[in-house]
Amino acid sequence: MGRYLAGRLISTLIVLIIVSFISFCIMQMVPGDPALVMAGAAAPVDEVRRIREQFGLDQPFHIQLLRWYAGMLQGDLGQSITLGRSVVTAIVERLPSTVALACFAFLLTLVFGLIAGVAAALKQDSWIDHAIMTLAVIGVSVPSFWIGLIMIIGFAVMVDWLPAGGYITIAESPSGWFKSLVLPSIALALLQMGLLARITRASMIEVLRQDFVRTAQAKGLPRWVVVLKHAFMNVMIPVITVIGIVFSLLLSGSVVIETVFSIPGLGRLMATSIVTRDYPVIQGALLITAAMFVLINLLVDVLYAYFDPRIHYD
Amino acid sequence: MPTLTPAFTTTDALKRARWRNSAWIRLLRHRMAVIGFVFCLAALLMAVFADALATHHPERTRIRDAFQAPSPAHVLGADHLGRDIWSRVVYGSRISIGIGVATVVLTGVIGAAFGLISGYFRQLDDPLMRVMDALMAFPGVMLAVAITAALGPSAVNVVIALTAVYVPRTARITRASVLVVREMDYVQAARALGAGHTRMILRHILPNSLGPLVVQLTFVFAYAVLSEAALSFLGMGPPPPTPTWGNIISDGRDYLREAPWICLYPGLAISVTVLGLNLLGDGLRDVLDPRMKVTQG
Repeated sequence: MGRYLAGRLISTLIVLIIVSFISFCIMQMVPGDPALVMAGAAAPVDEVRRIREQFGLDQPFHIQLLRWYAGMLQGDLGQSITLGRSVVTAIVERLPSTVALACFAFLLTLVFGLIAGVAAALKQDSWIDHAIMTLAVIGVSVPSFWIGLIMIIGFAVMVDWLPAGGYITIAESPSGWFKSLVLPSIALALLQMGLLARITRASMIEVLRQDFVRTAQAKGLPRWVVVLKHAFMNVMIPVITVIGIVFSLLLSGSVVIETVFSIPGLGRLMATSIVTRDYPVIQGALLITAAMFVLINLLVDVLYAYFDPRIHYD
Repeated sequence: MPTLTPAFTTTDALKRARWRNSAWIRLLRHRMAVIGFVFCLAALLMAVFADALATHHPERTRIRDAFQAPSPAHVLGADHLGRDIWSRVVYGSRISIGIGVATVVLTGVIGAAFGLISGYFRQLDDPLMRVMDALMAFPGVMLAVAITAALGPSAVNVVIALTAVYVPRTARITRASVLVVREMDYVQAARALGAGHTRMILRHILPNSLGPLVVQLTFVFAYAVLSEAALSFLGMGPPPPTPTWGNIISDGRDYLREAPWICLYPGLAISVTVLGLNLLGDGLRDVLDPRMKVTQG
C-alpha cells in the first residue's frame, strides 16, 4: 500500500507538470503576436508593448516557461487583461457558483443514474429495462445546451415557474438560489445520468451472475437484502471509477450551461475570456480545472485501493 | 457417381456457417444497431445531397420573412434575418458531419499510431502514456475551447482541437488491446519466424486490435458532433453566417420567445445524428467486443 501510494503520488506529480506545460503552451499557440491579439487591432503601440512586457512575451521561450512555473509555485497565474484583477482572484470569485451547480448536478446524476441502472438490471429485458435504456441513450445523445434552451422555453417562457437564467447567491435568498439552479443542473446532469445508468446496469448484471449472489439467494435471503447488501456494494466499485469522468464531464458541460443560463461561474468565465481574448484567464482556468481533476482521480484511486481488499497494488 | 465429394460439402457448409456468424451478419441482426445505422445514413445523405434538398440559399437574408413560423414557404420557419431554417440545417449537416469525419480519421490514425507504439515498444510506453494522461486530465470541451481560442475560430481549428481531445482516449484503448494481442501465440510465432517490427505491427497486431478501435471511433464521431455544436454555440466554430448546427442554435438563443423553431430543429438534427452514432457504437461493441456488453443483443 505504501509503495503503491508513493508511486501514485509521483506519477500524479509528473502529470501535473505536463498539464501545466500544456496550459502554458496555449499562449504560444496563438498565431502572430499574442500581445497584439490580446490588446486588439486598434490598440495604441504603447499598450501592445505594455502587454508584451507584462507577460514577458518579448523573452525567449525558456525564460517564459521558467516564469510560468515560478509563478505557479507561488500561486500566481498572472493578471487578467480585461478584468483588472489577478487570474487566481477571478477564478476564486467564480468558483462557488460552479461548485454549487456541479454539486446539484452530481447529486441528480448519482441518485437517478444509480436507481435507473439498478432498476434496469433487475428487470433485465423487460419493458422497464428497454424504456430506461432508451432514455439513457437519448440522454447521452442530446446536446446539453440545447436541452437547457428547450427547458427555458418550457418552464420560463411558456409558464413562469422558474427563472430563465441568472444566479442568486444563497446569502441573498436560499429559495431563489435553489430555483436558479434547478434548470441548469438538470440540463447539466442529463448526459452523466445516462452514462451512469448504462454503466450501473452493465455492472449490476455482471454482479448478479456471480456465485456469491446465487449463494445468498440459495440460503433464502430476501431479494432486497441480496440486491442491496450483496450486489449493490459490489456494483459501487466500477461506479466509483467513473466518478472522475463524471466530474470532468460536469466541468466541460458547465462552459455551455453557464453561458445558456448566465451563471457567473468558471465555465462562463472561460466562455467570456475567449471572446475578449483574455489568454491568461483561459490558461489559468484550464490549469486549475485539470489540477482538480487529477487530484480527484488520485483520491478516487486511493479510496479504491483502501476499500477493495481484493485489489493489491504492487 | 455423386458429383459432390464429401470434403467439398464440408468446406462449403463451414463457409456458410462462418458467414452466418460473421460480424456483419450479427450486426445486421442487432435491431438497435440497424436503427442507429439508418439515422447515421440519413444524416450522411443530407450532407451529400444538401444542394438538392435545400429549398433556399442558406445564407440569403430576406428581412420580409424574418421570424416566419413554419409554413409551406419555409417548412421549418425562418430566422431573425429571414433565412430559411430547413436549408440552413441541411447545409449545416455538411460542416457538422464533415468536422466529425475529419476528426475521426485524424484521431483514428494518430491515436492508433500512439497506441501501437506504446503497446509494442515498451520502453516508450511510460513517457507516451504520461502525456496522454495529462491531456486526458483536461475536461474535453474546455481543452477544445482553449485550443480554438488560441488558434482562432475555424472548421480546421475545431478539427485540430477535437483531435487533441480524443487522441489520448483512442490511444489508451488501442494500447490496451495491443498489450493482449502481442502475447498471443501467433504473434510469438511470427516473431520466431523473424518478422520485422513493421510487419509485426501492420500484419499481425493492428488487424487483431481493430475491434475496440472501431467501436471507440464511432463514439468519437458522436462526441465530435456534440462538441462541434458546443464550440460553434460558444462562437468558436466556423464563423457566421456559415450555417453549422451550433451556429443556428446560437442565432436562435435570443429569440426563444418569438421564434422557438430556430433553436428547435438544428438541436433535433444533432440529437438524431448523435443518437444514431451511439446506437451503432453500442451494436458494434456488442458484436466486436463481447466483454464490454452494455446493451442486449
